[in-house]
Amino acid sequence: MASLVGSRVERKEDTRFLQGKGRYTADINIANQTYAVFVRSPHARAKIKSVDTSKALKSSGVVGVLTGKEIAEDKIGGLIAGWAIRSEDGSEMKVPANPPLAKDVANFVGEPIAVVFAETLDEAKEGAEKVKVDYKVLKAVVDPADAMKSEAIHDGVDKNLCYDWLLGDRKAVDEAFSKADKIIKVDLINNRLVPNAMEPRACVVDYNIASEEITLYTTSQNPHLSRLVMSAFGNVAPENKLRVVAPDVGGGFGSKINVYNEEIVCSWASKKIERPIKWVAERTESFLTDTHGRDHITHAELAVTNDGKFLGFKNETIANLGAYARVFGTVTPTYLFGPCATGVYIIPAAYSNVKAVYTNTAPVDAYRGAGRPEATYTIERLVEKAAMELGMDKTEIRMKNFPTQFPFKQTLVHTVDSGDYVAGLEKAKQMADYAGFEARKKQSEANGKLRGIGVSSYFEACGIAPSAAVMSLGCGVGLWESAEVRFNPTGQISVFTGAHSHGQSHDTTFAQIAADELGVPMENIDVVHGDTDKGTFGMGTYGSRSLTVGGIAIVNACKKIVEKGKRVAAKMLEVNLDEVEFKNGEFVAIKSNKKKTIGEVAFACYLPGQRDEMKSPIPEGDEPGLIESSFFDPANFSFPAGSHICEVEIDPDTGNVKVEKYTAVDDFGRIVNPMIVEGQVHGGIAQGIGQALHENTQYDETGQLMTASYMDYTMPRADNFPEFNLGFTCTHATSNPLGVKGCGEAGAIASPPTVMNAVIDALGGQEISMPATAEKVWEACKAMKKSNAKAA
Amino acid sequence: MTYDVLRIYSGRRYLMAKVTLEVNGKKVSKEVPDHTLLSVFLRDNLNLTGTHVGCDTSQCGACVVHVNGKSIKSCSTLAADVEGSKVTTIEGLAKDGKLHPMQAAFKKTHGLQCGYCTPGMVMSAVDLLQTKKNPSDQEIREWLEGNICRCTGYQNIVAAVKEAATKM
Repeated sequence: MASLVGSRVERKEDTRFLQGKGRYTADINIANQTYAVFVRSPHARAKIKSVDTSKALKSSGVVGVLTGKEIAEDKIGGLIAGWAIRSEDGSEMKVPANPPLAKDVANFVGEPIAVVFAETLDEAKEGAEKVKVDYKVLKAVVDPADAMKSEAIHDGVDKNLCYDWLLGDRKAVDEAFSKADKIIKVDLINNRLVPNAMEPRACVVDYNIASEEITLYTTSQNPHLSRLVMSAFGNVAPENKLRVVAPDVGGGFGSKINVYNEEIVCSWASKKIERPIKWVAERTESFLTDTHGRDHITHAELAVTNDGKFLGFKNETIANLGAYARVFGTVTPTYLFGPCATGVYIIPAAYSNVKAVYTNTAPVDAYRGAGRPEATYTIERLVEKAAMELGMDKTEIRMKNFPTQFPFKQTLVHTVDSGDYVAGLEKAKQMADYAGFEARKKQSEANGKLRGIGVSSYFEACGIAPSAAVMSLGCGVGLWESAEVRFNPTGQISVFTGAHSHGQSHDTTFAQIAADELGVPMENIDVVHGDTDKGTFGMGTYGSRSLTVGGIAIVNACKKIVEKGKRVAAKMLEVNLDEVEFKNGEFVAIKSNKKKTIGEVAFACYLPGQRDEMKSPIPEGDEPGLIESSFFDPANFSFPAGSHICEVEIDPDTGNVKVEKYTAVDDFGRIVNPMIVEGQVHGGIAQGIGQALHENTQYDETGQLMTASYMDYTMPRADNFPEFNLGFTCTHATSNPLGVKGCGEAGAIASPPTVMNAVIDALGGQEISMPATAEKVWEACKAMKKSNAKAA
Repeated sequence: MTYDVLRIYSGRRYLMAKVTLEVNGKKVSKEVPDHTLLSVFLRDNLNLTGTHVGCDTSQCGACVVHVNGKSIKSCSTLAADVEGSKVTTIEGLAKDGKLHPMQAAFKKTHGLQCGYCTPGMVMSAVDLLQTKKNPSDQEIREWLEGNICRCTGYQNIVAAVKEAATKM
């Protein structure tokens, strides 16, 4: 039987999605449900003097109104930071309380203050308008650059500083810098982004009065983790009385990792009002309250020799956490950022210093790549600038500093198990016709246009797991993953995974893996996820971990099925265990060539008694049934890597930047489904180009979000992109038996610096910040014309 | 269309409108508050939840359906305004259990990931091929300007439309 792993198998989930049969949270309705509308702070920072709900309670159709006072009285806990990060001086990070409904102070525009439940959505909206909140508006802290000099917004958080973190050795870096021929410096802003999954967040809660069980349908990337947090920290219900279902989820990109205020409030309230509750975010609510991404201000330096050897690296970064520290908020700018900031290079000395500050803006958390795009942007801007200042070819300087021996002990944290960075860059150069660039540039110039080429080589640490590693770095849980493989008596197989698909195609890829392991057609396999009542437990999907952690748990559970199957088959075939071989779904007695299919063996596992011809096939010591589970905890992260090359053409009269060519060569180890991996890379690159050229989250000085709809926030559209040209190299990961590496975030990690390097190349080295909008580029072109005229 | 002035509906007074449409080949008639959007009418009154709402400002295109054969954004259309029309939603595209060529092409080229923008994207693309038989890449990309996808980077969506163009 041909291997399914490695094949371009069409997706199982498409049949339902393409016919409108997907079942997303907002599609769910429960008889007798009420509709929730939240009353949100219109101010970025304000004292809540009083909340008057009397008029709202009398409003037509209103069933109930709840505020921060009631939620505090019921001792419902708040939202949490998932990682404890220590400052350089050893002190613990400062984390303010984050109640689900603000009672005393509101800290960002959109923060929920109260909630209204009514018979119809219109009535809930009208009721919400009648809740009167008396605010004392305070001066908001908005710009992260000023946060440490501003009044503290949270009690006990001096200078608005969560932590002042250091990774690396300052002394070694000083020494390295003292020996340098040249110090390359950059000042960078990593622009704040809104993840913008196309499905707005939503939740539907059903409280069962008889069993006292709460069922929460929600738009989550990790339903088990949500249940754990809501139970352990939210005090909403014990875990066995709380069922969290994340059905079809329309994209996440990190914004659906967190447990949100609305989920906690509606779950708690459903029990209180004894009615089902439905809440669906409007797009502007999503803009205001979904966790945002990036938002770094960085100064970084690279010490180099005249012949282009890297000696040392350092960065000083201010990371904006927004108003509160959430699940991945504190680790994103530290352990997900710093270790990758030295890039794919041998740099003997390095440090990364990050000050994370609170501001009166929406919480900032993981967004596709989480820390690694910021890291890659930092080092790849430095490297490109170094090439320019040293007059070296931008690929040559990279090649010169690549490690060629693996495992590669990277400067700050990671030991990279495998890779071939030279092969990746060589392939990218060839695919992008790097050598032909000068001719294309001349052609553009002849047409009155500017043309630039940019390169970026990256590695990233993903497949976020090793529990021992992440817990030692401050993670509040172990990041293993679980799987259960249930071989049903009649031959169909249910594979339960703790990972969650919100676009990643697990129904298909996980079925491919299990089908190969068990030797059955993948049509016989159903992948089940997203329901805490079905699967055992799971950590969910983020950090490109589903395949490298969750997929391996499936492999291991399948191997246990085969092992037990062998013992049962040996008994059925009346041979010794070591005389049975498993091949293509059949257990074969090596000597006699007598066979039992895995389906026959599974059936027998459920019939342990004796009747007529049938004698118990269950060997002594084995139990009936054929269900196996596995909890997989890998020994290391996975380290995808690659090189991307971009060419842009700029119209100096309009400042419009056109991405002319984009080439990506990535190493994701062994690839399970090339079609799906290509799709992941396309999507990542598009988000990265979006960051580089189009997207920006803009607050005004009072903390009002100016970009809170698709009329104001530039979402990339189909005509913003060329056709991307993808290639792959392959070195197997050694930390998992499939040899796979994560592929979900790489595109978004590599592409912003690739595009910006091309834009800056076209502008003759003139620095410009992301997003390189037409207006900014047009200004830069004018400045360039002026300086060219002067030079002439 | 007939108006019933100020009918009580769920305890509130609304101007009610009786809306009669042919949806996916079936005649339907419902009395709804007259400000009911077509997207709400389809989702809440007819339980056709394949039509999605992603933005409320007529930007994202997840809500695109066909009214009398042309693609429109149902989140910014009043149900009462299309009284008497023939409406086709994503649920009505496949015939006799067989995927429409555009649906099959999306599946073949991996033109969807999370599936949320997909119904609108497919309905919009079908209208493109009805309007222009063999569009160029650029024409496809420009036509789909009103449909936002956050997952695919659009490349495989363009490929799907080209694939479908050979079959339609």
